[in-house]
Amino acid sequence: MAAKIKIATTSLAGCFGCHMSFLDIDERLLKLADIVEFDRSPLTDIEHCGPCDIGLIEGGVCNSENVHVLREFRSHCKILVAVGACAINGGLPALRNFFKLEDCLLEAYQDGIGVDNPQIPNDPELPLLLDKVRPVHEIVKIDYFMPGCPPSADVFWTYLNALIEGRDPNLPYELVHYD
Amino acid sequence: MSGTLCIDGIAVPFSDGQTIIEAARTAGVYIPYLCHRPGYAPYGSCKLCTVKVNGRTNTACTLPAADGQTVISNSPDLQHDRQRITQMLFVEGNHFCPSCEKSGNCQLQAVAYHQNMLDNHYPHFYAQRELDASHPDILIDHDRCIFCNLCVRASKEKDGKEVFGIAGRGIHKRLIVNSPTGKLKDSDISVDDEAAHVCPTGAILVKRSAYLAPIGERIYDHHPISEVACERAVLEAGAATGYPSCDQTKLPQNGGPDSHYAATMPPAPDIKHGR
Repeated sequence: MAAKIKIATTSLAGCFGCHMSFLDIDERLLKLADIVEFDRSPLTDIEHCGPCDIGLIEGGVCNSENVHVLREFRSHCKILVAVGACAINGGLPALRNFFKLEDCLLEAYQDGIGVDNPQIPNDPELPLLLDKVRPVHEIVKIDYFMPGCPPSADVFWTYLNALIEGRDPNLPYELVHYD
Repeated sequence: MSGTLCIDGIAVPFSDGQTIIEAARTAGVYIPYLCHRPGYAPYGSCKLCTVKVNGRTNTACTLPAADGQTVISNSPDLQHDRQRITQMLFVEGNHFCPSCEKSGNCQLQAVAYHQNMLDNHYPHFYAQRELDASHPDILIDHDRCIFCNLCVRASKEKDGKEVFGIAGRGIHKRLIVNSPTGKLKDSDISVDDEAAHVCPTGAILVKRSAYLAPIGERIYDHHPISEVACERAVLEAGAATGYPSCDQTKLPQNGGPDSHYAATMPPAPDIKHGR
C-alpha cells in the first residue's frame, strides 16, 4: 500500500468555523482517512508540523505566534492552502484594523463594561499582537485559496480530492462564495 | 449608423448610437462592467470592459460600435487583466462579504465570482473610511465605494439634484455629499431617488430592505452575472438569441499580442461584415 498523504491543519486568527465545516464532510471523513494521515492539527494535538503534502491554514495573522506557525507550515508543506475569508482577506478579526491596537486592548481588558480586575495581559509567555491583522498571502507564498465564511464541506471535499489526485482544484459557480 | 461588428467570433448587429458594450449585451454577449449602467451616459472609470478593437485597447462602454469592427473580449490576457482590476478594487476598499447586506445581490462580488476569483492577490490597504448612517432611510458605507460614479450620475441626470460628487485624487479620492454638514441627512436625497438604488456594491443601501430576499435566493446566488446582465438586455431589446458567427481570423493578422488567441478560435463560416 502506498504511503498515506500527509495533511496538517491549523487555525491562526480564525474561529475554527472552517475546521467545523471541514468536519461537515461527514461520512466522507472515513473515505478520507483511508488515504490521508493527519500531522499537526487540532484533530491530533501534534505540536509541530513535520514534512507534509498539504497544509490547510485557517484564519489571518494577528500575532507573532501566528507568523511562526505560518512559516513553519510553509517550510514543511508541499502545498499550502489559505482556507476561508480570514486567511484570504483578514476577515472578522481584521475589523480591529480600523482602531488603534491600544484602544482595542483598553476596551477589552480595562475600560469595557463588566470587566473584572482590569489589567492588560502582559505575561511574557503571551505572543505579541501585531499592529494590524494581515491575510496569510502577505506573509508567505500561498499555492491555493479556498474562499468562503466558511467554505462549505463540498468545497473542502472538491479541493482535497483534486489536490490528492494532483489536479488544480476547479470549483463550480455555486461553490464559490465569499460569505 | 447601424451595421454589424464581430465580437469573439460572433456577428453582433448594432443600432445607431450604441456603444460596443450595449450592442454586445443586447445580443447576449456579456462583457464585464461595474461603472456602466444601461440608460446612463458612459463614464469609463472601472476599466473592466476593456477589449481589443481592431487590435487596440479600448473600453467597450465608451467606444461607439462601428460597422466591421473586430472585437476581442474573452481572451486569456484580457480575462487576466479583469481579474487583477477586480482584485485591486477589493484591496483598495474594505469588502468583507460575510458582513455585507448586499452579498448575493452585489455586482462587484458577482463580477469576481464570474471570473472565478479566489483570492485578492495584492496586499490589503485596510483604508480608514467613514460610515454615514445619519439619514433615516439610506445608509452610506464608504468602505464599499468603488467610485463608479453611478450615484453621482443618477442624482444629476435622473433625479435632477446633484446630491453626490467625487472629491480628491488617487488614494484620497472619496464620495462626498452635497449638504451643509456633509451628512446625507442634510441633503436633498429621498429614498425614491434613483441615486439611492443604483449602487453596484453595498456602499449605498436602503435601510430595512437588506434581508427582504434571504441569502440563497438572491440575484447572483444561482445565476452568474453574465446570464443576468444579458437576459435582461435580450428581453429589453426583444432581440432573438443566436447570432451567426463571423470570420475572426481576418483581424488581428499582424502577429500582434492577440494572434495566439485568434489562432485558437474555431473555424467560422465566412460571413461578410455589414450585412
